[in-house]
Amino acid sequence: MEFGLSQEQEFLRDTLTRFLADNAGLPRARRFADGDERRAQDLWDGLVALGVPGLVIPEAHGGVGLTTLDAATVAQTLGAAIAPVPFIGTAILVPRALIKAGSADQQAEWLPRIAAGETIVGVAVSEAASGAREGAKVTASAGRLSGKTLFVLDFEADAYLVADDRRRLYLVDANAKGLTRRDLRTIDATRRVGELVLDGVAAQLLPASEDAAVLADVLDVGRVLLAADTFGAAQNMLDQAVAYSLTREQFNRPIGSFQAVKHMCAEMAAELEPCQSLVWYAAHAVDAIPGEARVTACHAKAHVAEAGKFVAKTATEVHGGMGFTDLLGLHYWFKRIGLNRQLLGSPERLREEAARVQALIE
Amino acid sequence: MDLTYGGEYERFRNEVRDFIATHRDAAPDGQGMRAEKTRAWQKMLIERGYTARTIPREYGGYGGDADILKARIIAEEFAQAQVPAGLGGQGISMLVPTLLEMGTEEQKRQFIAPTLRGETIWCQGYSEPGAGSDLASLRTRAELDGDEWVVNGQKIWTSTAQHADWIFCLVRTEPNAPKHQGISFLLFSMKTPGIEVRPLKTMTGDATFNEVFFTDVRVPKGQIVGRRGEGWLVANSILRHERSSLGDPNAMLTRLNALTELMKSETLDGRRLIDDAVYRDRLMKIQGDVMAMRLNDLRLLSAKLNNKNASLAGMIVKLKGTELRHDLESLGIDVLGEIGALYRDEHGDAPYLKDHGLYQYHYMFYLGLIIGGGTSQIQKNIISERGLGMPKEPKLNKEA
Repeated sequence: MEFGLSQEQEFLRDTLTRFLADNAGLPRARRFADGDERRAQDLWDGLVALGVPGLVIPEAHGGVGLTTLDAATVAQTLGAAIAPVPFIGTAILVPRALIKAGSADQQAEWLPRIAAGETIVGVAVSEAASGAREGAKVTASAGRLSGKTLFVLDFEADAYLVADDRRRLYLVDANAKGLTRRDLRTIDATRRVGELVLDGVAAQLLPASEDAAVLADVLDVGRVLLAADTFGAAQNMLDQAVAYSLTREQFNRPIGSFQAVKHMCAEMAAELEPCQSLVWYAAHAVDAIPGEARVTACHAKAHVAEAGKFVAKTATEVHGGMGFTDLLGLHYWFKRIGLNRQLLGSPERLREEAARVQALIE
Repeated sequence: MDLTYGGEYERFRNEVRDFIATHRDAAPDGQGMRAEKTRAWQKMLIERGYTARTIPREYGGYGGDADILKARIIAEEFAQAQVPAGLGGQGISMLVPTLLEMGTEEQKRQFIAPTLRGETIWCQGYSEPGAGSDLASLRTRAELDGDEWVVNGQKIWTSTAQHADWIFCLVRTEPNAPKHQGISFLLFSMKTPGIEVRPLKTMTGDATFNEVFFTDVRVPKGQIVGRRGEGWLVANSILRHERSSLGDPNAMLTRLNALTELMKSETLDGRRLIDDAVYRDRLMKIQGDVMAMRLNDLRLLSAKLNNKNASLAGMIVKLKGTELRHDLESLGIDVLGEIGALYRDEHGDAPYLKDHGLYQYHYMFYLGLIIGGGTSQIQKNIISERGLGMPKEPKLNKEA
């Protein structure tokens, strides 16, 4: 019995943490946010060298064949380092959909390129996960997709995984005729999100996605990974708040010696600490405990979103006026947590889904 | 991630299940600690190693090796079957481990076995009116007079003092030493002349606690655990134990399930409570919290088993667990609307009262637990200082 990470998983986490400490973090996020690069290529190349894009892709297709728990560990580390790179979509959700629902040819065509980091694939499933707004809807007719889809993840991509209104999944090329792309500027400048407008775009159906359970599984995994990203970012904000409170002095003593400040930090730790276990278990469940996967994924995403929101606010308050400024850059974490909360289902919606999955309501 | 316990343990689980299925009629059902049936059950559990498992045979225990998973399986199976597990109480859960660690051979032989058998019931004399969160400032004093300590002072929050045979008690024996070094840990009979127990009624309406007054209570010199002035050390090892047992998330699951059933069966204007989106969202939020705390508990079990550090995960349990339980019971009251305000008294239940007023009772009782056993604020000091490495509040000059 061992609940949590294996030695290999701890090694993965530590290796990635070291790489990101040198190459990501605030300066890199700031440069990405303020500049006009579409992709943080140096960072991406480093992740490719570490095998991150092929993390869950089978070795036969050029990946490393690891689990969703490994993926959650990576997401947590990327969130902590506010890394401005695609990950959840291209490295995890798209391979997941291809492995579960793609034909042998599709797998052979896409998986090796994704694993090698040569092809980045965005994910357009917002309407299925969060509900449709602004008239967004994608319909399929004779192998072509039309309509629009919002809040596409890993938007700076070479292709997209798109869900239609019957919850089937397709791959479309980013340069396909009839496809128009538009950036959607969110509060979070560390990740690209956008809109696809499709007008009779040629698309490859993933055959087994006729079964809506495939999309449901992809959403479960996406929710767990967003929870992990939020948890990593929030944990980092708590660490920053504690460190700041030990150096910042007022009334001739570190503010971290005042109970008011200590209790804020203790409350953050008390909210966050159980989130680690929840993220681990939910990540394990999507691979190994089918009966609990959906309800755990919903609760993990909702619960960590609430804890993350509390920590984002409280850690900023511990920093006082400086926390509110751009100088300290704490807001990059605040906003990353803020975007994650809205993506793939708000807490209220996810709790509703959890109730439905347990047949508490019709 | 490996959530299996392994073959040996699954066999052990089946063995425990079989035992419960075969013998459950012998289990006591609210007869109280002094009842013959309770003692016979306890005796049978010790013989099987289902309680007092690691306590050596010569002191009346089962004499088994420490095995975290077997202990967990026993707890899980008895809880699952809703059959009383081995006796608890402050004597068994707190004094016995302390004696095993700090007691003399004579003390171990004299006290442990009858305590395990349920023949000696203990109460704990720690808190005082002037020494709550700042327990080390306690003032009940004991002075040596020949071969006896003479104890004078007052204790409060002493649960089961009205039934207890003996008390383990913190007293000040070195008035001139720094406050933590002036305390000793004494054991004495509650029948000793000079002890007065007054029940302390709480907001729940029950008198679960007492005040205990000592006037020239004479205690044989040898009834001290550890040396003079080392009482704080002796007490601290078990205080930590008490904290970790408050806010147990697994106990919370039973209440969550009951609340869910209530919301599925009760109706408001002909509509099930669970069909109300606002109440349902509160329930689901609590379900997510309980899930997180139960998994946190699993992580703690695993850390203990695999010698990993998860100290912060342990420090938050009392704080989060008691607050969460209070919230859970609060939802039970709220979904019942005006019915939720009904209660019971010594004349019985109010008409329309659900579950004998358990939601109100627990709502209040858990407020008590938020305060007792180290208040939430003390817990936050511990988390921030020991968990996050933040400095202690500077002392005022007069304390220094």
